[in-house]
Amino acid sequence: MPLLDADGFRADPWQRIAPGEPVTGEAVLVGLAELPAVIAGRSNTQRIGVEVVNTVRLPELSPFLGQIDLVAIAFPAFADGRAFSLARQLREAGFKGAVRAVGPVIADQFTHLVACGFDEVEVPDAIAARQPEDQWRAALASYGATYQTGYGAGASILERRRALRAGQGTAS
Amino acid sequence: MAPAKQKILLPAILLANDLLDGDVIFWATRGWSVDPAEATVARDEAEAAVLQTVATAALSRGEVVDAYLVDVTLRDDGLPVPNHFRERFKIAGPSIRQDLGKQAAFAHLRGRA
Amino acid sequence: MYRYDQFDEAFVRERVAQFRGQVARRIDGSLTEDEFKPLRLKNGVYLQLHAYMLRIAIPYGTLSSAQLRQLALIGERYDRGYGHFTTRQNLQFNWPKLRDIPDILDLLADVGMHCIQTSGNCIRNTTADHFSGAAADEVEDPRATAELIRQWSTMHPEFDYLPRKFKIAVTGAPRDRAAIRAHDIGIQVVRHPVSGEVGYRLFVGGGLGRTPMIGKLVRDFLPKAHLLAYLQSLMRVYNLEGRRDNKYKARVKILVHEIGIEEFRGRVEAEFAALDPAAIAADPEEVARIEAYFAPPAFVKLPETSQRLAADRARYAAFDRWVETNTFPHRQPGYTAVTVSLKPVGGVPGDATSDQMRTVADLADAHSFGEIRVSHHQNLILPHVRQDELYALWTGLVGAGLAEANAGLITDIIACPGLDYCALATARSIPIAQAISRRFASPERQREIGELGIKISGCINACGHHHVGHIGILGLEKSGQESYQVTLGGDATENAAIGQLLGPGITATEVPDAIERLVAVYLARRQDGETFAEAVRRLGIEPFKAGFLAAPAESAHAAA
Ligand code: HEM
Ligand code: SF4
Repeated sequence: MPLLDADGFRADPWQRIAPGEPVTGEAVLVGLAELPAVIAGRSNTQRIGVEVVNTVRLPELSPFLGQIDLVAIAFPAFADGRAFSLARQLREAGFKGAVRAVGPVIADQFTHLVACGFDEVEVPDAIAARQPEDQWRAALASYGATYQTGYGAGASILERRRALRAGQGTAS
Repeated sequence: MAPAKQKILLPAILLANDLLDGDVIFWATRGWSVDPAEATVARDEAEAAVLQTVATAALSRGEVVDAYLVDVTLRDDGLPVPNHFRERFKIAGPSIRQDLGKQAAFAHLRGRA
Repeated sequence: MYRYDQFDEAFVRERVAQFRGQVARRIDGSLTEDEFKPLRLKNGVYLQLHAYMLRIAIPYGTLSSAQLRQLALIGERYDRGYGHFTTRQNLQFNWPKLRDIPDILDLLADVGMHCIQTSGNCIRNTTADHFSGAAADEVEDPRATAELIRQWSTMHPEFDYLPRKFKIAVTGAPRDRAAIRAHDIGIQVVRHPVSGEVGYRLFVGGGLGRTPMIGKLVRDFLPKAHLLAYLQSLMRVYNLEGRRDNKYKARVKILVHEIGIEEFRGRVEAEFAALDPAAIAADPEEVARIEAYFAPPAFVKLPETSQRLAADRARYAAFDRWVETNTFPHRQPGYTAVTVSLKPVGGVPGDATSDQMRTVADLADAHSFGEIRVSHHQNLILPHVRQDELYALWTGLVGAGLAEANAGLITDIIACPGLDYCALATARSIPIAQAISRRFASPERQREIGELGIKISGCINACGHHHVGHIGILGLEKSGQESYQVTLGGDATENAAIGQLLGPGITATEVPDAIERLVAVYLARRQDGETFAEAVRRLGIEPFKAGFLAAPAESAHAAA
């Protein structure tokens, strides 16, 4: 499935490893069940990612967060928003690697995804075909500022008001 | 509710809402019509299957929403009248405002809901 | 009242542009109907039976005269010259075309309005006591809190794809006029019994629909500064744990019911403990900025009672009746809050024409500091009227057909759109309201019966609040006919209760007689000064059940 981040579609460096397959490659994406063994047997430079369903709970992932570079969370349907909270929890727990949404998310959700801590999305071909790169880029640019503090990189509206009050002009 | 999922009783017509206007429209000889009197009436399963194909195609082309077949009884003057009161209201307009909806536009619908 | 600053303004404009783009992308095929539908719902666009419907947010039910005039204009230009005020303090237009909606949104943005989150599985328009800022019994005006929640919940990136819709209501008074325990979260502004500090009491898991439940206490006292962090924690628990396998079990009330309030509270508190409230909260200056918008208007100092009013009441009997029913005690001496009834006898509950909207806007400018409220009883309120000016106001309302003296009485009926408009309906509700209203039209009789709330829904979704009506009526389908179930004993206030079913369904034509029989039981059995609701609470439903069943219930079904 095509992979996309804030800069547009790009090649996917991660290689999915099915249970039982040899864990070779520079960047390997494995299931949660396989993860402990894969970490234990990792070669020096190998990067490891884990792919999970959206019903997984933070405590199940916490022990591994310092040792992995990617958490890919499934969206069974675009309207199933559990992964938004899970991604937030990962970020609040201090996870610094990449977070990926996997499934039929749509361009209109891109700002929310990014604000909750996702870096990239992997969408089915049909969606990539209907919603080319420019729609995802436009989606990201649709709001100058939003109300929630601590979500996304820019200053929230509350922070901007504070800055205005402090006489510093508009922060960004 | 959800008439689309039920087994289709005959005779039947195909109705939908226009994507852009929201108007209730009917599949007729020359395409979609706003007048129920022009609705193509399917009298057997083969004709109903044709209407179903039309519905699926129109939905996937995105020109209509909520397209489904409705079983009707033909009035003496040939007007197809849905058997279920929900669909009769849907076609006529609000029963409390006879000046609104299709009942206001088409004399053949007045006082019939 | 709150006014948009440059940031609110920019945000709403961006929202309009985004929706315009979404409509264009639906038309060009970028978005399928399945993708577009949740997106249009999040912006208040439904598909009803005959047309699209647009639901406009009226945050915490507060409107300015300029906003109401703009709604009147939209009604004329893009709809059929009228709008429908709802139990959610919103306004619905029943006939807009999808292609026009982006332009309508622009007109709304011109007056600081929008349709954001008036539908869809997200945090909906936050509602509040319609007498906020006027009621004498209020700890604090709840609208500053509601506005803070409005901003925080607007396009919240984490909570825009919840298991189901989520409704928050706020009251600032111990008397609950906002039905807070019928909401997913109900917030009551309270004073701490020991410290005197103002904070919040929170209820969770209320809701109507097919599984009606009364909200349960989740936090007895929450410091004001912790509100947003607490809401975030609660929403996160719901977003992660709420059921998604069955949309009828997806509301937070079901989660609370299934795991129990203790467990639910524990999970919320655990989430809350891990957060830094100060990082999420609005800073004190921001809170002060918002609160300043809800400062009382420039009241003049007046005596408690008005000589002028007394004289006018003595002179005009119809006016006197209207003052008795349609005014509400104000905290400011010499002022009162007025209910503008949208329930003329035989009319459509909650409907107002564009001309009527303009009349109310003009009267609000003349007599109520340009401010209007929408109540969840589907009426309008002029919150700050000088008692001296009531007669002038009344004559203005009479001319527009807006002076029905029935606030809180048996003809002040709440009814959802039902099968006259709604695609989900199983039966009509408006004609039932009209028939009851005609039956009990006599002002003397209405006053003799006193306070009685009839609430009607056209299907199990309960948009007409029938579960919490003193008398509730639910329209269903039975053997291909419309059929109506009648419940008794519901209550939407601080005594919140779900009504109990009185018997088998009856036909539309039997409803007015059935209501007559219930009223007769009450009139025969009431004690001094007892309202209908109080009598039901004292007597239980049995005597009423007997009255209800006194006539053949099923006969007309067979005939029809
Ligand atoms: C006309 C189109 C409407 C549709 C399609 C619609 C749909 C629904 C649905 C599906 C529910 C059930 C939600 C649940 O139990 O999870 C519901 C509940 C509700 N709706 Fe509506 N509604 C409509 C109009 C209205 C109107 C006009 C009002 C206000 C007068 C309203 C206010 C409410 C309220 C108060 C509830 C129940 C409270 C609760 O959320 O538990 N709705 N609506
Ligand atoms: S209660 Fe049912 S009929 Fe009435 S508005 Fe809600 S969904 Fe429609």
